[in-house]
Amino acid sequence: MLNGTTAEHVERKALRINPAKTCQPIGAMYAALGIHACMPHSHGSQGCCSYHRSHLTRHFKEPVMATTSSFTEGSSVFGGLANLTMALRNIFTIYDPEIVAVHTTCLSEVIGDDIPTIVGKSREEGGVPAGKYVIHANTPSFVGSHVYGYSNMIVSMVSYLAEKTGTTKNQVNIIPSFIEPADMREIKRMAALTGVPTVMFPDTSNVLDGPLTGKYQMYPTGGATVAQIKSSGDSIATLALGHFGAHNAAISLETKCNVPASLMELPIGVGATDRFINTLRTLGGGEVSAELELERGRLVDLMSDLHQYFHGKRVAVSGDPDMVIALTQFLVELEMKPVYVITGSPGNTFEKRIHEILDPVVPDAKIKQCSDLFELHQWIKKEPVDLLITNTYGKSMARADNIPFVRFGFPILDRAGHRFYSTMGYAGAVRLIDQMLNAILDHKDRTCAEEWFELVQ
Amino acid sequence: MKIETGSEIRVLPSREGAIAEAGKAGAAVHCGKTSVAGSVSQRACVFCGSRVVLYPIADALHVVHGPIGCAAYTWDIRGAQSSGPQLFRNSFSTDLQEMDVIYGGEKKLARALDQLIEKHQPKAAFVYTTCIVGLIGDDVGAVCKTAAAKWGIPVLPVASEGFKGTKKDGYKAACEAALKLVGTGDTSGVSKHSINLLGDFNIAGETWIVRDYFERMGIQVVATITGDGRVDDLRRCHGASLNLVQCAGSMTHLSRRLKEVYGTPFNKVSFFGIEDMSAALYETAKFFGDETMLAKARLIVAEEVARIYPQLRAWRRDLEGKRAAIYVGGAFKAFSLVRALRSIGMRTVLVGTQTGDKDDYETLREMCDPGTIVVDDSNPLELAKFCLEQDVDLFIGGVKERPIAYKLGIGFCDHNHERKEALAGFVGMLNFAREVHASVMSPVWNFVPRRSRRSLHAVGAPAPARGAVDAGNAGQPATHSRKGAA
Repeated sequence: MLNGTTAEHVERKALRINPAKTCQPIGAMYAALGIHACMPHSHGSQGCCSYHRSHLTRHFKEPVMATTSSFTEGSSVFGGLANLTMALRNIFTIYDPEIVAVHTTCLSEVIGDDIPTIVGKSREEGGVPAGKYVIHANTPSFVGSHVYGYSNMIVSMVSYLAEKTGTTKNQVNIIPSFIEPADMREIKRMAALTGVPTVMFPDTSNVLDGPLTGKYQMYPTGGATVAQIKSSGDSIATLALGHFGAHNAAISLETKCNVPASLMELPIGVGATDRFINTLRTLGGGEVSAELELERGRLVDLMSDLHQYFHGKRVAVSGDPDMVIALTQFLVELEMKPVYVITGSPGNTFEKRIHEILDPVVPDAKIKQCSDLFELHQWIKKEPVDLLITNTYGKSMARADNIPFVRFGFPILDRAGHRFYSTMGYAGAVRLIDQMLNAILDHKDRTCAEEWFELVQ
Repeated sequence: MKIETGSEIRVLPSREGAIAEAGKAGAAVHCGKTSVAGSVSQRACVFCGSRVVLYPIADALHVVHGPIGCAAYTWDIRGAQSSGPQLFRNSFSTDLQEMDVIYGGEKKLARALDQLIEKHQPKAAFVYTTCIVGLIGDDVGAVCKTAAAKWGIPVLPVASEGFKGTKKDGYKAACEAALKLVGTGDTSGVSKHSINLLGDFNIAGETWIVRDYFERMGIQVVATITGDGRVDDLRRCHGASLNLVQCAGSMTHLSRRLKEVYGTPFNKVSFFGIEDMSAALYETAKFFGDETMLAKARLIVAEEVARIYPQLRAWRRDLEGKRAAIYVGGAFKAFSLVRALRSIGMRTVLVGTQTGDKDDYETLREMCDPGTIVVDDSNPLELAKFCLEQDVDLFIGGVKERPIAYKLGIGFCDHNHERKEALAGFVGMLNFAREVHASVMSPVWNFVPRRSRRSLHAVGAPAPARGAVDAGNAGQPATHSRKGAA
C-alpha cells in the first residue's frame, strides 16, 4: 500500500496522508479510564465514542467502557443540553460510577455547549446523585492531538478534584504522559523501591491490563481513586513525566494547591531513569535501592556487550512527542543515529528539544512536528535507514522497503508484548535493546549473503 | 465495584422495549432509533456507515474532509482485499484545524483533491463529510463539482455527517454516492446471464470465493459492490440482469434504486452457511430459468459439501448442544448464523443486531428456540448479563465484544470487519466451524473459574458451595468433563 510513496517531496499544506496522530477525545477517554470507577463520557455523535472504544480495544485487547451523548440532527441545532442531562441521569442510574469524566468532541465544541452549566443544572435536578462527581475537559478534535486531549483531561482532574487541606501528606504525585498501563506499573514499582510513597494519576494499570476472572467487571480494580486525586493537593511535590502529556496538569496543581512541580521527561534509557530516580529520592529522602542499582548495572552490562551492533545505525522514529523525546535520548546513549525524528502532534517544544539532543551528535537530522508517516517514508525513500521505530502504522513502509522494524507507542494493533513489557526504566531499556537487536539481526540473517550468515553473533 | 455478575446487572428501563424472548408473546422489538443518551452503545455513526461501504472500491480515491480522528480511526482497519490497486488503504484527509473551522475548509479540500488526483490519477474520488463540515457549512458539492470538471473524473460527495442519523443512514448516503457512477459506463459485452454482487466486502477474500461459484455456473459477474470493487464495473453494473444482495442492511437502498431506475430485479441472499449459500445458487439458477445452470449449481453444491462434510461432522460431535450468543450489525447475517450454528449442532440463545428492523426481529423470534433472547442495539452490560444468564459457550460479534467475551471465559468468533478467515461460501462454512471449534473447545477455558466449576457439575460431582471452589479449581484442567457437558 505505502509502496506508492515516492522520494520526490511535494509541499503539502492542505493534505494529511497517513497520520502520526489522532484526535483529542480519545486521549481524554484514555486518561479518564485511569480514574477508578470512572465512566468516560463522550459528548458528541455516537460514532466518536464507538471509534475511540474500538481503537483502544484494538490496542489493549480489553473491554473499554464509555458512554455517549448520541447527538442527533436536533442536538446539532439546539445544542446538547437535553442529551447530556439525560445521559448523566442514565449513567448514574444504571452504571453507577463514582465519577463521570465528560469530554467534548468537534461537534459539541462548535455548537458551543457549556458543559459546567449543563452539569450544574443536572445536579440541581437530581440527575447527579449526592457524593458523585462529574468533571469535564474541552477536547476539540481540530486542535492539537490525542496527547493534548489526554493532558486536558488530567488538568481537569486537578482543577475539579485536587484539594489543599493545609496538612501536608508524605507523598509525591506522579503524573505520567500518555503511556501504557505496563509503563505506569513499572514507574510505580521503581518509585516503591525508592521508598517514597506516591500517588499516580491517571493510572490505567489494572484497568486496561486486567486478569481474566470469569466475571464481568464494569470498573476494574485499578485506577487512581477520587480520594487519591483529591489528596494530590496535599502532596510534597509532583513529578510530571512528559512535556506534552503531563506538565500542564502539574503546573495547574502548583498554581492551585502550591505543590511544587518537577517537570521531567519520561524515564526511558539510562540517563532519564537516573534523573527520575534521583529526583524522587531527593524529594522523599529515600535511599538508592540496591535492587535498582542492580537493574541499572545489568542494563549497562548489556549495553556494553552489544554496543557494536548499535553504533552508527541510522534510525527513523515516529510517535507521540513525549515518547519520542525520551526514546531519542536513549538511542543517542546507544550511539545510534536518529536521522529522522517526527511526531504528528503540533508543538515547537518537540523540535527544540530534539535539536538539543541531536545537534551535537547528528547535526543533519531531520526533525519535524506536525508531520505524518507519508513524509517520513519519503525521507526514507530518499536516504534509507537501518531501523524504523513507530507505532503499528509503520509496518507498511517497513515491508515496502524491507526495514528492520520495532513497534513503539500508540497504537500497536498487531502484536501483544506492549501490554505486558514496559519500556520505562532500566528494565524497560533492556526490553528496547532486545527488540531493536532482534529486529536488526533477524533482518541480517534473512537478507545477508550466504558467506556472511553467521551462527555466533 | 458493585457490578460483577449477571444477576446484579440491571437493564435500563428505557431499553426494555428493545429486548424480547423467542417463544413468548410480546410487543414488537423497538428498533431503528438512535441509542439512548448515556448508554454504552456498541453502535457507530453515519460516517462510519458510509466509510465501511465505499472504502473497498480499490481504484477510487477516498478523502475524509474533517478533523484527523475520523480519518485515523478508519485507516485500513477492514480487511477488505483488493486484487489490484491498494490506493484505498492509505489515509487521506484534510485534517481540519481551528482556523479552518472558523474560515471554512473548502479551499483546503480543493487543494487536497488537486494534489491527490494529479498524483494518483484515480478513476473516481469520494469525499466524506464529517460532523463538523455539516456545521460550518462547507459547500462540499461545489468543490467536488469544480474538481470533477478540472480533472475529468467523477468526484462524489458523500453526505455522511456523523450526527445526521444512524449507521444505516450512512449506508444510504454511500449508496446514493455510488449510484451517481452507475449508468455512466458501456454495457456492451454484458451477458444476459449476468449478476452484480451487492453487500459483500471481500473480507478475507470472500468475494473471490463466491464469485467463483457463480462463474462456474456460467454466470457473468459484472460488478462486485463493493468488495474488490472497481469504478468502471460500477459504471456499467446497470447492464446486469439481476442483483444479489448479501448484506441487506447496507445495500437494500442501492438495490431498490437500481430497480426503480434501471428495472433490475434483486434477490436478498446470504453466502454464510451451507443452506443459505446453496439456496443463493439455486435461486439464481431458477431466476435465469436455465436447466443446465441449475444442474451446474447442484453439482457445485454436491462437490463442495462433500469436500467439507466429513470434517464438519467430526467437529459437530464436539459442539453438539453448545450455546451461542450472536451480536452483529445486520439481521440478515444473524439469520444465517443461527442456521449455520444449528448445522454444527449449536443452539443460539442470545441474538442481537445493531441495525435490524421490526420484521427482522419477528423472524429471529420465530426461527430461534424458545427462551432465546432477542435484542436491538445492545450494550456491554446487557450483553454480559445475558451471556452469563444464558451460560453461553461462544460469542459471535465484533471488535468491541471480543474482550468482553474473553473476560467472561467465553469462546469468540469475529464475524465482523476484522475477521481473518473467509467465512462465506462452502469453504467459509468450514473455516467458520474450525474457528468456532477452536475457540469453544480451547483448553484455556479450563483455567477460568466459572467454567471449570460448570464442567465439574456436568459429570455429576456435587455442586460446591458458591465461592468455595474458585481458588481450588482455578488452575485445574477439567479435560475429562468437556464432553460430559454436552
